[in-house]
Parts: sequence; C-alpha cells; structure tokens
Amino acid sequence: MSWLNKLLPPKIKREGRADRPSAVPEGLWSKCSACEAVLYYTDLESNLQVCPKCGHHHPLRARARIDMLLDAEGRRDVGSEVKPVDVLKFKDSKRYVDRLSVAQADTAEDDALVVVQGSILSVPAVAAAFEFKFIGGSMGSVVGERFVRGVEAAVEARAPFICVSASGGARMQEGLNSLMQMAKTSAALDLLTQARLPFISILTDPTMGGVSASFAFLGDVVLAEPGALIGFAGPRVIEQTVRQTLPEGFQRSEFLMQKGAIDQIVDRREMKQRVADLLTLLMREPSVA
Amino acid sequence: MKPTFLDFEQPIAELENKIEELRFVQDDSVLDISEEIARLQKKSQELTKTLYGKLTPWQISQVARHPQRPYTLDYIGALFTDFNELHGDRAFADDPAIVGGMARFNGQSVMIIGQQKGRDTKEKLYRNFGMPRPEGYRKALRLMKLAEKFGMPIITFVDTPGAYPGIDAEERGQSEAIGRNLYEMSKLRVPVISTVIGEGGSGGALAIAIGDYLNMLQYSTYSVISPEGCASILWKTAERASDAAEALGITAHRLKTLGLVDRVINEPLGGAHRDHAQIMNSMKRALVEQLKDLSGRTVDDLLKTRFDRLMSYGRFKEEAA
Repeated sequence: MSWLNKLLPPKIKREGRADRPSAVPEGLWSKCSACEAVLYYTDLESNLQVCPKCGHHHPLRARARIDMLLDAEGRRDVGSEVKPVDVLKFKDSKRYVDRLSVAQADTAEDDALVVVQGSILSVPAVAAAFEFKFIGGSMGSVVGERFVRGVEAAVEARAPFICVSASGGARMQEGLNSLMQMAKTSAALDLLTQARLPFISILTDPTMGGVSASFAFLGDVVLAEPGALIGFAGPRVIEQTVRQTLPEGFQRSEFLMQKGAIDQIVDRREMKQRVADLLTLLMREPSVA
Repeated sequence: MKPTFLDFEQPIAELENKIEELRFVQDDSVLDISEEIARLQKKSQELTKTLYGKLTPWQISQVARHPQRPYTLDYIGALFTDFNELHGDRAFADDPAIVGGMARFNGQSVMIIGQQKGRDTKEKLYRNFGMPRPEGYRKALRLMKLAEKFGMPIITFVDTPGAYPGIDAEERGQSEAIGRNLYEMSKLRVPVISTVIGEGGSGGALAIAIGDYLNMLQYSTYSVISPEGCASILWKTAERASDAAEALGITAHRLKTLGLVDRVINEPLGGAHRDHAQIMNSMKRALVEQLKDLSGRTVDDLLKTRFDRLMSYGRFKEEAA
C-alpha cells in the first residue's frame, strides 16, 4: 500500500473496492506489481489494467473482459438463471455456502463464469469470461452449465464462441461433479464443430488444472495474454514432486509458445481486433476494422 | 501370498500372526490345536467383517492404494486372451504408466487401456507410480482411434494417483493431451466401458474414463483432488486428509448415490487383493453384461446417450436472473 493510501480516511478507501482487481490496492494510486511504477488508477483502468510503463497485464474482472471484447450494443446474458447449490454440504474451515455468499457479495456475480451474447466489431458472437475473484475462478456445475448454454446459444445464432479463461481449476467443494464439468465442457465443443463454428480460447493469468486440461486447449485458435501462468499442475506441486528448481519463465505464455502449445500471444489492448480478424478469416467473411 | 496389512487393519494382522505361530508349532506339538486355529480364523474373519462394515472414506482410500491390489495387467491376464500390447504415441515415446493393446474377451476382439502401477521399487519407478505423461494419454487416444476404425469395444481400467505433475509433462502439453482425450472419447463410435479399480485421481483418471458405462470397485475412489491435496489447500495441512476424504465424497457408494457411477462391483471381504479369483469373476460378470447391452445398440443411439449423459453432469438450480 502506498503512503498516500495510508493517509486516506477509511471511507474513501472502501469506496468501489469490489470492482477492482486484487493486485491493485484501493485508492487513487496504484503500484504496478511488475515494474513498481506508481500509476494513477484511472490511467490503468482506461488502459485495460495493462501497465502503461512496462506492459504488465494485471488481472481483469469478468465483466471488464466482456466489455473489452463485445460491442456495447445488443448484448444479452446467457445462463445467468443457473445458480450454484451445495450438493455435498461441503465444509472445511468454512462452509461452501458461506464461501459462495462471500464470493457473491465481493464480485456481484452468482458464480465464476459470465456468458454474454453480442457482437465483436459487428461480428455476432457469444463470449464467456471467468471471474477469478469468485473462488479462484474455479469450475463447478454452474460454470460447466453456463459454458454449455453459451455454446448452444452460439450454435443457435450461428455465431462463434469465445472463452477467456482465468481459473485455478476445478472447484473442490463440488467434488466429482466438478471433475465431470471437464468432460461436459469439452464434449459440448462438438456442437460447434458440427455446426462449423469457430471456438477461440483465450488463456489469461492464471489458467490451471481442470480448466487448462479440458476446453482451454481445444480452441480452433488458442491465444494467450503475455506473461500468463498456464499449466496443468501448479508450480508448487511440481516443485514438491520433482524436487528441483523450475526453469525461469516456466509455464508462462512465452514458454508455452516456445513449446508449441499456443498459437499466439496477444496484448490485451489489441485482443478485440485480433479476435475479430481471426473470426472473419475462419468464417470466410470480409475483414472488419 | 502373505497379505500386507494397512494401519487400521492392525488388529487383524495381530490375529493372523498368532494363527501363523500356532500353525508353526502345531507340527511338533502333541496337543491338537487345530480347533484353536479354526477359532482364531473365525475371529479374524469376524473382525475383518466388522472393520470393513464401517470403513471411513479415508480408510477406503488406503484400501484403494493397497500395494497388493490387483492392477490393470492382473485383470488383463485373468480376463482376456491373446493380449497384444501396443506401444508408443508415434510422436515422442512409449509411456509405461499406461498400458494398452488388443485382446479377446470371451472370444471377441476388444481394446484394453489402463494405468499401470508397479509392485517393487524398480517397477514403481518404471511405471512412474501409475502417473501418465502426455505421451501416455496420446498413446491411449491412438489406440482408441484404432479400436474405432476396426469396430472394437474399448475397456479401460482406471488406477492412477493423477496425471504426472512434472516439468517434462508440462513441456509436452499435459493439459492439451487430457483435454483432447475428453473431447475425442465423447464421440468414439464404439462402446466404451471404464472401471475404476483403485485410485481415480482427477483429470489424469478422467482422461481415459469417458464412456458408456462407469463402474467402480467397492473400495476404489474417484476424486477431483486427492484427500491430501485438498486438505493442504483448504485445511492448510495434509494431516486433515481424513476430513477431506469425508467431505469430497470419493467412495463408490457415495458416487453411485450421486448418480455419477453406474455400477459398484463388490469386492471380497477385506478387499480385492484378498481373493483375486473372486474379484476377477465379479469384474467379468459386469463386463459381459455391459458389453452385451452396448453391442445391441446402434452407433447413433450410443453416441446420443453418451452425449446426453455428459451434458447432464452437475447440480445447480435455476432461478430468474
């Protein structure tokens, strides 16, 4: 926290807290976690949470993702009627239902995936985005079902499907039902295949575990934001298993690119145009500017 | 084979040791102690029955990982003839953590795929403790496609702590390999029957377990994360694995109740390793019935039923937004 933040009266500090990513402290100023530059918050916000000094991509909320990708007009939420239940009556240090309520209050979302139908530079599309602040963007039954409804809405509208991932993996609190969402989401992509509609998968920081090991790498085109952590197992688990230090840049977008796992690394500020370009190419339509 | 006893089975182990000692002295004893031996044997049976009648999920996890539990190759040896193992993913390597190949089941050509653990230290290392790398999953997919081409049903045996969390596995796309299998298996035009025979460790298990029937042995487990892993994340210590096992609902009966598993295959008293012949018989009966059922269906019906089932996974409520 900056010195200025410490001086601010508590009332000002609290304002709009839920709307901002955790890497950015509340207040007027924020410090880039990568280059430590002190930035005026609105500058960062208008720059899609990309540091204007070093280009570091800070976390972006699901709704901001949708705003970044979709045109402002003609939007409709898909699958927002689907809401979580606690089938296992799961309780660790906290009850799952309490975790859900806290996450819902913090994020103003019902669960970790937001799906919206609309258009990208006038190209009709359905876009899904993970809300990482909602229990680590973990995939449970609601995420899986909304994903499938998004795919179905795309097929219905003969529109492509785009998913922006930011997730720690499967949601443990839903037990095996959450594991099965990996199978459900992956299988649903066949509806797009049969309709010859593109699926573009965008991997952002972090895309791990059950999300990474299901639909995330099944995109017709797989894009990643710079510097995102992407992988099956978490770095700590790997380090404990193999008992050696992980190589520099391990599991980052640039590493995956080098290993042949992704198609492109795209700066967030150019993402919308790039996605529109790819979609029109895939659908053999004229280009859009 | 002398059974290995788990921690919670120590009372049984003590009795069995005593029986063993008595048998040893019986040979040069003037007294007839066979009655005493029979009495103790009966007691040991009763004790096993009592213990196994109320196993906790964490204890079941221990049985699922029992070092003498039958592994994939044991089932292949006992239930199939003409097994021809097929190796390699044609791109990088052969992964010994997954075995696969063609064989006959009741005379019918089938493809078998399963994770394989090792018995001794050397084999454990060779099999990487049953933790496949991407090339293992890619080999599995190659064999499934081969089975599809020649119209062979696919039978898989699931027994893995999880996909290997290693540097090389990440470099070669562990995520993609698993995701690809999920997608491709959902559309295979031949019957697929999967049975969890030991540990069903998360995505690494699921990647060979998408199909038309999902069975679990009575004392096997299937979980989104290992109890230890879950405990260390949510309880901040792996010591609470027993609580995590309880909360996660990882046992065959619980999962059957939740509608995620089709059939629970009962195990002999004290677990599958206590009586191989019996577990092989039960397994065979299940496979025969399910294969017969699936062979009677058209490909379209098979695929539609499989897809609908995949789409039905998950519990949620619907309310106006």
